[in-house]
Amino acid sequence: MEISKLIDTARVIRQDIIREIYSANSGHPGGSLSAADIVTALYFEVMDIDPEDPNKPGRDRFVLSKGHAAPALYAALAERGYFPREELLTLRRTGSRLQGHPSMNRLPGLDMSTGSLGQGISVAVGMAIASKMDGKGRVYALLGDGELQEGLVWEAAMAAAHYGLDDLCAVVDHNGLQIDGKNDDVMKVMPIDEKFRAFGWNVICIDGHDMAQIVDAFAAAKECKGKPTVIVAETHKGQGVSFMTDNAGWHGKAPNEEQARLAMEELGGVL
Amino acid sequence: MADKIATRDSYGRALKELGAEFPNMVVLDADLSGSTKSGEFKKAFPERFFNAGIAEADLMGMATGLALSGKIAFASTFAMFAVGRAYEIVRNSIAYTGANVKICATHAGLSVGEDGASHQCLEDISLMRGLPGMTVLDPADDVSARKLLRLAAEMQGPVYIRLGRAAVPVVYPEDADIRIGKAVWLREGSDVTIISSGCVLDQALAAADALAEDGISAGVLDMHTVKPFDEEAVLKAARSSECIVTVEDHFVTGGIGSAVAETLVKHGIGCRVKTLGAQDRFGQSGKPAELFREYGIDAAGIADAASALVTTVKLHAAP
Repeated sequence: MEISKLIDTARVIRQDIIREIYSANSGHPGGSLSAADIVTALYFEVMDIDPEDPNKPGRDRFVLSKGHAAPALYAALAERGYFPREELLTLRRTGSRLQGHPSMNRLPGLDMSTGSLGQGISVAVGMAIASKMDGKGRVYALLGDGELQEGLVWEAAMAAAHYGLDDLCAVVDHNGLQIDGKNDDVMKVMPIDEKFRAFGWNVICIDGHDMAQIVDAFAAAKECKGKPTVIVAETHKGQGVSFMTDNAGWHGKAPNEEQARLAMEELGGVL
Repeated sequence: MADKIATRDSYGRALKELGAEFPNMVVLDADLSGSTKSGEFKKAFPERFFNAGIAEADLMGMATGLALSGKIAFASTFAMFAVGRAYEIVRNSIAYTGANVKICATHAGLSVGEDGASHQCLEDISLMRGLPGMTVLDPADDVSARKLLRLAAEMQGPVYIRLGRAAVPVVYPEDADIRIGKAVWLREGSDVTIISSGCVLDQALAAADALAEDGISAGVLDMHTVKPFDEEAVLKAARSSECIVTVEDHFVTGGIGSAVAETLVKHGIGCRVKTLGAQDRFGQSGKPAELFREYGIDAAGIADAASALVTTVKLHAAP
């Protein structure tokens, strides 16, 4: 897909994120909006997947290790045709296939159930070992920067390098904020690039809202052999909605009607 | 005297056999492959063996990823770390997704011996039994361990299998009919039924012999599958004998003692039950046999408890 079309798609994804969370009156807008461009690039340009055959063996797979960004993933899946877009408005409701955090056995297109931080990247490592054994399918995992405080992330990082998993590409959605405030105040995670490099990874640093940079980074990751790649994507929490941008208060809060209307206007849509 | 084989050795043997049959089988360990005996698989199929290093949460995560990619993933380490350290990953990654992971945990309970309380996991059965969709197996001897490991490999979905460090007598003949979810009656008795799971079965059988000498008729039921629980067998025990004694190398909370009590309550059956196992205290260092004695789960402890319970029941039943 052309870069301009990807940018348009990311805008639609962001609109859907607002609609979903407003409809649920619950959810995580900040980290969903910061991840929207990355998720869009993966589902509309990078990954080899088939919505007609969601469980196709040998397909590329995506693990949303920061499971609370589920609204972004659901929006991309719906837009890609895995399920009807109307269903997005059932997010977090009793009986919905769109659970608060991804539940793979409920919804087609989900490759893993996540929500507990650190859990996803470890599973992605196991998937990438299988890819290496079978010689097919790349594995993508999206992590938050606060998530890097979980010890399991580094257990997994060590294993990925140890097994030379070049079919694994992790992305860190580095928006600098977590529930209690700035990473730097809660528990320093910087320098992220040097940590991964020391663990034996190929590291690519980009602007996580520049679609061309995102697409190029995924292409470069695919070329790297013998070790896993991490893309450290500098992002803004709440990107696309002015009053949510860089504000930790919007980590896990739904907008009211007025805020949702305003957000949709800024994103070029209507509530 | 029957042969004595540790069920971890049964595990090593079973892995080699199953690995040859199932080309999509992989085995993972966390730096304990010599102790868990998963190293036997590594020797035979090095390209399908993966060490996670001393990182049990990652061990379970990696096993999940492999299982979700079409592999049958056997993940082994000590019970304390498989269930304790990695519990949340076992819950959220393996059980919640229904991943085809077989968690093979060795070195559980007091039978660990000298390493002491930090390594004597006495709550693994309880924690695993509480997870939806988790099959929980606690074989007592070599034959049943190998048969249950095969059945675990053949079935789809997560399984927890508790395996022992210490050598225990082989109880079953090679052609024994061992099925998941079906407890085995080794003896029938009209006074008391001893329901046992795992490595204390030989103690239960010895207790039944001792009770017989005292004129007490004791049945022995091997509850090798803790989940799905064979409720029918428990109801039969309650009908066919006056009382029940449960014995397990586990805390008395949450294990088969609890499961038996839950079953009787659920079906509205009144039956006296005495639960043997570690009461509300941790284990400690010592020889397994000495610890079994100290915690009352050796043959003498079981016989004493059963005898006392039978006496109480008869006293209450007296006109």
